[in-house]
Amino acid sequence: MYQYFYDLTGNTILATLIVAVFPLVNVLIVALIGVYLERKVSAWIQDRVGPNRTGPFGLFQTVADFVKMLQKEDATAKDIDSKLYNIAPVLVFTGSFAAYAAIPFSSKLIGSEAEVGLFYVIAISSLVVGGILMAGWSSNNKYSLLGAMRSAAQIISYEIPTAIIVLSIVMLTGTLSLDKISNMQTAYFWNWNIFGGAEFGITKFLLIPFMVVGFIIIFISTLAEVNRTPFDIPEAESELVAGYFTEYCGMKWAMFMLSEYGNMFAVSAIVSILFFGGYHSPIGYLGNSLGIEWLIPFEQAFWFLAKGWLFILIQMWLRWTLPRLRVDQLMSLCWKYLIPYAFVNLIIIGVISLL
Amino acid sequence: MALKTEHMVLNMGPQHPSTHGVLRLELEIEGELVNKVTPHLGYLHRCFEKHAEAMQYNQVVPYTDRLDYLAAIGNNFGYALAVEKLLGIEVPERVEYIRVIMAELQRIASHLVAIGSNGADIGALTPFLYLFRDREHILSIIEETCGARMLYNYIWVGGLSHDIHPDFVRKTKEFCNYFKPTIVELDNLLSYNKIFIERTANIGVLPVDTAINFGSSGPTLRGSGIKFDLRRDDPYSIYDRFDFEIPVGKGLMGTVGDCWDRYYVRIREMEQSLRIIEQAIDHIPEGDVQSAIPKRIKPPKGTVYKRVENPRGELGYFIVSDGTVNPFRVKVRAPSFVNLEVLGELCKGYLVADVIAILGSIDIVLGEVDR
Amino acid sequence: MKEYFKNTWLGIYTVLVGMKITFKHLFTPAVTIQYPEVKLKLPERERNRLYVNMDDCIGCDQCSRACPVSCIEIETVKSIPGEDLGVTSNGKKKALWVTKFNIDFAKCCYCQLCVFPCPTECIYMTDIFEFSEYDRNNLIYKFATLSEEEAKEKKINFEKFTAEKEAQKAAAAAKPKDEQKPAS
Repeated sequence: MYQYFYDLTGNTILATLIVAVFPLVNVLIVALIGVYLERKVSAWIQDRVGPNRTGPFGLFQTVADFVKMLQKEDATAKDIDSKLYNIAPVLVFTGSFAAYAAIPFSSKLIGSEAEVGLFYVIAISSLVVGGILMAGWSSNNKYSLLGAMRSAAQIISYEIPTAIIVLSIVMLTGTLSLDKISNMQTAYFWNWNIFGGAEFGITKFLLIPFMVVGFIIIFISTLAEVNRTPFDIPEAESELVAGYFTEYCGMKWAMFMLSEYGNMFAVSAIVSILFFGGYHSPIGYLGNSLGIEWLIPFEQAFWFLAKGWLFILIQMWLRWTLPRLRVDQLMSLCWKYLIPYAFVNLIIIGVISLL
Repeated sequence: MALKTEHMVLNMGPQHPSTHGVLRLELEIEGELVNKVTPHLGYLHRCFEKHAEAMQYNQVVPYTDRLDYLAAIGNNFGYALAVEKLLGIEVPERVEYIRVIMAELQRIASHLVAIGSNGADIGALTPFLYLFRDREHILSIIEETCGARMLYNYIWVGGLSHDIHPDFVRKTKEFCNYFKPTIVELDNLLSYNKIFIERTANIGVLPVDTAINFGSSGPTLRGSGIKFDLRRDDPYSIYDRFDFEIPVGKGLMGTVGDCWDRYYVRIREMEQSLRIIEQAIDHIPEGDVQSAIPKRIKPPKGTVYKRVENPRGELGYFIVSDGTVNPFRVKVRAPSFVNLEVLGELCKGYLVADVIAILGSIDIVLGEVDR
Repeated sequence: MKEYFKNTWLGIYTVLVGMKITFKHLFTPAVTIQYPEVKLKLPERERNRLYVNMDDCIGCDQCSRACPVSCIEIETVKSIPGEDLGVTSNGKKKALWVTKFNIDFAKCCYCQLCVFPCPTECIYMTDIFEFSEYDRNNLIYKFATLSEEEAKEKKINFEKFTAEKEAQKAAAAAKPKDEQKPAS
């Protein structure tokens, strides 16, 4: 896609800017719809109605929230460390937004077709840790410090099961590029990785239970990466008021929220690419059967967004069902349960793929 | 050269989302481990005992409502029984039956709040709303009878303020049938959830001798395995006519006396309250509920101490009368005040997140603690 | 070792059971009532704002004495014999002019203790609960039907009457002393 715009404009910077606008628009839309949907879904689960007065069915609720945040006074405490305080939201947002550079939205809408896309995504998501620590420390608030410490430990530990499961998929498919992994799981859902991959044979059926286990492990670990319940200790409302962003107000707080929802979508996009076929549709293409060639990328974008949103909805469903884990239980879950299971999974998948 | 370290003092201030009211807890922590907890009280002190000295005996009843505002019928009940003992009057049978049914309905409503907020502190926000929806049913039954949903002023000295509404029996029976599957659903959603068990089992273990030495009562005491319930061991009103069990904590998921046991005792107590209501609802005798209410309450000189089993523990009223229409002294032995003392013992060596779980399981109401 | 696998299995199973319950609740209808458009019907014994029917009030002060927070203020003036104040709805003849009857709803605790002692049942609780005000002084409801000048006039009348009566009594007390002397 970068190539296309470069040919169009002849200027590297302009082309880069245009290419970068697409994921930004996506993050904004995800945040807009995500906040609204979170409140509505939580209300339906709890037998309530949710926002329904601002606009029809409360659709303008996020717009109203956004306008409210724009006009808030940027009140900062006196003894904060202002350099760190101001950079922290930027860093957190960059960490979650930069991951979109390598995620393919459809076969034509890819930021950069790097060969090491998956590696890049996992590496750049760890920028978030630095931002959170800066936010917690510079707020000059004991609650924020506690929240930031817990969050740093959590994110760093849960990178490991994620990396191990990603490694097992990479072993199977032999490539780190997200685009190629999607293309290996071409149309029809039985070709998806969770059902054993595209090659038909005895390995496909042997792989299915281990793929399911791998999916569960990576789903849990990515939940922890995004700080969602049951792992939302850094922002535990009833314990630490609001954790590491207690002292932020107005637009800076909005940046944290944006980055949280952006991260949620990025992470569910990765899970769907690795296991559920990325942007390919489960039932064949309308464009193919009707003979309209240019419809296919749009259909693929539609399926990609649908899968991303499905996982976001599952994350919201989990949030309103489960209580919160304590910090040391979270650590023991990661190191004592997820990592051994992930390692054993890796070894068995390696053995099976050799057959 | 050794680094000089000191413990961090964290203040869970009067305004906090999960201390149940305006309670200030000063925690001395070392990283995440808690060394010492000091509660600071008095933010809700409203001079109830001093007010009572200026009122007449029947005017004190609205003030007793506001002590433990989540279980107001129990407060009225205790006060009415104390003054009736001082006066030496007997109330009609119908009054006794209705008082017991109302008290048990109130016990269920109060435990619903306790369990709901316990879950909400730990992070499960959904059962909180489900339980409040069930509490609505109880509050509308009581609202039809006496006119108010939370501060009833219903049980007067010598009788009741209103007779029960004609629909009361039918609606209570409907509620009993509605509530049994809800307890099963709550068990599935919250009690046996592995994450909830991890958060509450083996946390805040209250040994038996500590519980007795600190004078705790109610589910806090019964969670440690002691079968002591005032309705059985010091019966008042007509509780000795009903057949019910007293649930105790058995350490099903951890040690005896941990937070899960106290939570479990509350759920089983709700079931036993349903049992009492079902036994009593069909046998309410006829009569006049206001026939024994005295015109002017002027008890003889003397003192009385009467205790009832409130949902949170043993509520006691000590009344000193000097022969006039105003009481000389009304002292309230509030269960939450005494149970709160145990917090300092229970929190040693646990993490900050556990302090909240333990506080939720002791279940205090600041209106009682500060009076 | 067995504990380890049991923990794993329990963890996954109980989470799935919880998810099933919340999924079922996604489709149950909401219990919320859209308040300003739809209002719940309150039961008839509901305790909200008080109302005093001044035609029936005999100024006996029972409600004011029964109130635990002293939010009712009543001032009355005795009427002169010969003045007709009318009868209440259950036949009692009124004998007091009620010059001031204020209820301060900021203090009222809605306990209903004032309703029971009233002999004519003129004070009772209605079902109005939406009476918020911006200024706290607007919550003092004045129920007396006499205006300021009328109230003053009644007071002056009564004082004149008592003064006359005192003068008459003094005159009557002075006379028998003179007539008694010859008897003794």
